[in-house]
Order: sequence, then C-alpha cells, then structure tokens
Amino acid sequence: MNNATHLSKTAQELLLRAVRSPDIMASFSEREWDLLLRVGRRTRLLARLAIMLHESGDVARIPTRAAAILEGVHVYANKREQMMRWELNRLCWALRETHTPLILLKGAAYLMAELPPALGRIAADVDILIPENKLDIVEETLKQKGWKATKLSPYDQRYYRTWMHELPPLRHIEREIEVDIHHTILPRTSRLQPNAELLLQDARITDDPMLATLSRTDIVLHSAVHLFYDSDMANQLRDLVDLDDLLKHFGEDPTFWPQLLSRSERLGVGRPLFYTLRYTQRILGTKVPEAVALEINATTPNPFALFLMDWLVPRGLLPDHPDFPRVSTGLARWLLYLRSHWLRMPPLLLARHLSYKAVLPLIEWLRSRKRPGRAASERV
Amino acid sequence: MRVGELDLEHLQQRLASTGLKVSMGPFTVSIRSTTLSGLIDPLRYLYHDYVICGESEISDYHVRVAPPSNIRRWIHPQVQFLMDGNSPFRPFPARLAFPLLEWGINWCIATRAHQFLLLHAAVVERRGRGIIFPAWPGHGKTTLCAALIHRGWRLFSDEFGLIRPRDGRLIPLPRLLPLKNESIAVIREFEPEAVIGPDFTKTRKGTVAHLRPPTGCIKRAGETTQAAVIVFPRWQSDVPTSLEPMPKSQAFLMAATNAFNYEMLGETAFRAITELVKTCSCYRLSYSNLDEAINVLEQVAIQGNE
Repeated sequence: MNNATHLSKTAQELLLRAVRSPDIMASFSEREWDLLLRVGRRTRLLARLAIMLHESGDVARIPTRAAAILEGVHVYANKREQMMRWELNRLCWALRETHTPLILLKGAAYLMAELPPALGRIAADVDILIPENKLDIVEETLKQKGWKATKLSPYDQRYYRTWMHELPPLRHIEREIEVDIHHTILPRTSRLQPNAELLLQDARITDDPMLATLSRTDIVLHSAVHLFYDSDMANQLRDLVDLDDLLKHFGEDPTFWPQLLSRSERLGVGRPLFYTLRYTQRILGTKVPEAVALEINATTPNPFALFLMDWLVPRGLLPDHPDFPRVSTGLARWLLYLRSHWLRMPPLLLARHLSYKAVLPLIEWLRSRKRPGRAASERV
Repeated sequence: MRVGELDLEHLQQRLASTGLKVSMGPFTVSIRSTTLSGLIDPLRYLYHDYVICGESEISDYHVRVAPPSNIRRWIHPQVQFLMDGNSPFRPFPARLAFPLLEWGINWCIATRAHQFLLLHAAVVERRGRGIIFPAWPGHGKTTLCAALIHRGWRLFSDEFGLIRPRDGRLIPLPRLLPLKNESIAVIREFEPEAVIGPDFTKTRKGTVAHLRPPTGCIKRAGETTQAAVIVFPRWQSDVPTSLEPMPKSQAFLMAATNAFNYEMLGETAFRAITELVKTCSCYRLSYSNLDEAINVLEQVAIQGNE
C-alpha cells in the first residue's frame, strides 16, 4: 500500500468509526480530530456528529478546539434548519390558493416528518413533488410572489423543461434556499421510469394539510434511486447514512421489509434497492433481515457490473485524505460521473449535453475576457 | 517557537509538506503552499512573531495557496486560495499570493467561526478596557487602529470584533493590518518604526501593504477583556475632531447590521449586542487628524462610564 492509499484508508476508517459508533469520538486524539473535522466537513456529516456529541454530553470530553469548531458548525446547522422551515412556511403561504399539497422529498421530508436523518442535515435546497398537471400553475404563482429562476441561460432552461424531472430551480429574491419542483423522481429520459402516479397516490398528509411526505417505503426507495441512479456519488456518504437511518427506523416494524420489497418491484426500482442494501451493510454495517437479503438477490446485476460497482461505490462515497487525493479515486469518480449521465439520458442526448458542458468553460472564459478585472472582484 | 525562529529552508519545507500551523488568536491556521517567491518573503517577515503550533494540534482552517492546474501556468501565472481543497474565489495574479492568503484566512473566519459573534469592527484595549470601533469600509478603522497600537493601545483586531456569547468577553485576534492606498504613507509618517511589508499594487482595493502588529499584541493574544466603550469613527478630510455621545438604540442597530454573522446567530447575537450596548458608553467620532483623534480617545479611555 503506498502512502496516499494508507492515509486515505486511515481517514475513511476514522470517519466511519465516528459515524457508526459516535461514542468512540470521546477517545480520539488531537491528531485524529484534526483529520475527522476535515473529512466530516467534506462529507457534510460534521453537524450530525456535533449534535450527537452535544446530546450525549461527550462534547465536554473532547479537545477544546474541536468542541469550539463543532459549536460553530452547530450554530450553522441550526440556522439552516430555521431557513428550511421558513421557506416551507412561505411556500405554503404562496401556494395555498392553488390547492396543491406539496409532497416533500429528502431533507425537507425528514425534517417535517421528524425522521432520524434530519439530525444535522444541511440541505441547500427544498425538493418538492407535485402532479405534472399542476406545474404551470405552481410555477406561475411562485413567480408572481417573488421567486425567480436561478438558471437563466436558454440552454439550461430548455434542458430542464425538455429532459428533466423538475422545473428549473427557483429562489425567492430575498432568500438563499433553492426550491426544486419535481413532477417525478427521475429525469424523463432516465433508464428507470418509476410511475409518479403511484407515489402521489400513497403520499401522507402531515399535520399541515398543505404538506405531505411519501409513504415510508417510498421515502426509502426515493432516497435509494436518488443516490444510485441520479447522482455521481462524490463524497455522498451522507446520503448512505440517510438510508441507514431510514432502514433502522422503519425496519423496527417487521412488516416494513416485505412491503419495501414488493413496492420496489411495483415501481421497478429493485436495482437501486439492491445497491442500497448491499452498500449500507458493507459500509455502515446496517442490519438487513436474512430473508430480505436473499430475496433482493434476484435483482443482482451481472457479475462484471457488480464487481465494477463494488470497486466504484466506496471510492465515490468515501473521501480521500484531503491532502493526498488518489489517482484511482479520481478515475472512479470520473467513471461514476459518466455513469450518472449514462443512466439519465440516451447516448445521443448524452453526447450533446456533455459536449456542450465541455465547451461551456471556454464560452465563460471568452465572456469574462470582455469584462476586465472580473477575476479579482470577489468580495472577501 | 515563532515563525521568525525558523530558517528559510525549514519554513519552505513545512509549507510544502505537513503545513505551517500558526496560532492567530483563538484560531490555528494550517498553511500549505508550493514554492512561490511572492509568498515566502512577506510571510517570513510579517509572520515573524506568530507562534508555530505543534504538528499534531487541531487546525481550525487548512488553507493552501497554489497555482491552478491550467494552461495559465505559463501565460499569466495565477494562484488560487484553497480551503480543504475547495476554492471559494477565482484565481489571483501570482504576484498577489500573499494578499490572497490574508484575504482567504479572513474569509474562512467570516464564514465559519460562528462559535463567536463577529462584529465588523476594529477592537483595541486601553488600561484594561475594551474599545470597539465598528465601521464601514472606507471609514478609516484600520488606519485609526494602526495609529492607536503604536501609541500603547493593545490590538485585538482591525476587522473582526470577536465576542464570546457565553460571557460577552472580547477575544483578541491580532492579525496583520492591511493598509490601503494613502493610509500606507500616513502610517509610515505617523510611526517610522512601524513594520510594514511590501506594497502590492493594483489589487481589487488599490495598493495594499500589511502592517505587523507590535510584538506585545501578538504575545498577549490569549488575554481577553471586557468591552467598555463603542466608538463609531469616521475619517473625513478637513473636518474638526468631534466626539459626540450616541443614543444606545442607534448604536445597537449600527453594530447589529454591520456584524458578519448577526443573522446566523439570531437570538444569541441579539442578546450579546443588547448586553454590549447596555454596558458600554457609545460615541460617534469625526476626525481628520490622527493625533487629535488619539487625544480624544485617551480621554474616553480614562473616564469611567458616563
């Protein structure tokens, strides 16, 4: 094992030990903390660890400097949670007249349904699912009430509207949180096409009649689909931790597991569920009932694909040592990036999209040349 | 051990390998860099008195200044600032590596150090009493602060008024003072002994030169103090020196709206600034002459609360 590999393995083991058994953090040395703070931040898990230490009281037993840094992170996480709640409040206010209940996805759903992954989860955006025939009225109403499109280039606008499963992101002019309004959970051109109708039918209204979440099986399946079929996985350990939390939480009820399996079949998302169970078990030690593990094996990919995924997934999800990134990780992440696009769109469209993205930096550079002094103009 | 005690070779070696861990008030900053001629000399000169921390100690910020990996390496060489491998702003011309490092560290503090209330203010101490100068850019707080610390006042910061919410104490963060444009000559003339680094011309803020705080200020970075006076300074050419009391409600609004992370801290910040304004006397200062301004401020520092 060369030095970079050794250091990255150390960093990953440290992070996984902290995530899997938070009590262990009380025994970490200064050197270990210095590294944990960096890889924890990189994977968006630091606020979660901070809150766990705070709640267990162990924060008094860790090095003072680490505790001070985590306090800053904790303050930031609280603020983000407040911003998320306020954005949801404003969306309800703005959209009440459209009589469209908003089905919350991911972070917003965990927060409002008080699910375990909400702990210290810092979300940059609010993801919402609504019926496709309501898209126009919702977009129109939000634009009248102060939300604006954040992606303005004609290419992006057309890209979203033609190929994606969501509207171009919106943001209120006075606030920072982005609102993504989806009509289904994967792009229109994606390899998998789970039926959004089924998701909508099973949605559960929360205490607020304007807000709903997916059913418990669909919450897990959406999270699985998102991680394994709609992302490049880079440093996304947080999303695997979400899945681990959800499986532990819902899995306490034995009736959940058979429901999860039959639902995944009904929606045609057995493969992402297979990956979820495989990698939560392997990376986070999630307990999956034996019968379930056996049954999901029916959706195993071919041995070569499985071998490849076993090589790629940990290299995608887990961070390298920040000072010693590995070439092999770079290669794995590049392949995962290609894979995510490959799953999202047919080959010709993919070629067009990637070639556009490849020349985009050149176009931006040419544009910036026309505005001298731009490079040094960032506010510090 | 202090940066000045490290010879050039060892300094370069640390920057290139495990990082130079420097103590700056409550923060430890780990600095790494490739060999950049524009960085090492000012760093060695201006960081002379700062304490080097042990290699295994925890760093608040891991920063790196290095050329971006693109073809500009050969045309107009650039450098970028990286925090944990991410680059928050666009590259600068290579000759501005040192100001970029300084700005970058400020950026880290402003966006991360939410364990503190971060007032946008210069803070100094006189006779054991903390004096806060909140001000907008261009109102001359750095220049005033630079003058005061060469007349026996102790530097806390020229930029970040760090308040610990738990007990309201002011925390020193004696970083270099970036003097801009005319201020450079003003301070050189005011205090010929002042230790000032090279002029960096044509930056976003014009010409910048960094002032090294007097050694004592850096050595006493661990000693906190209680705030006693808030003064809102404003430099204007050809105005007579005047110090007027300011209503506390107005002082509250000005300090709060000017803070870096008032909204981030929410209620905590509201309570901290309320307490601060209650316990401090609040003034507005207009001046054009530094010596006169210092005389007036000496009076304020001697008097007790109104």
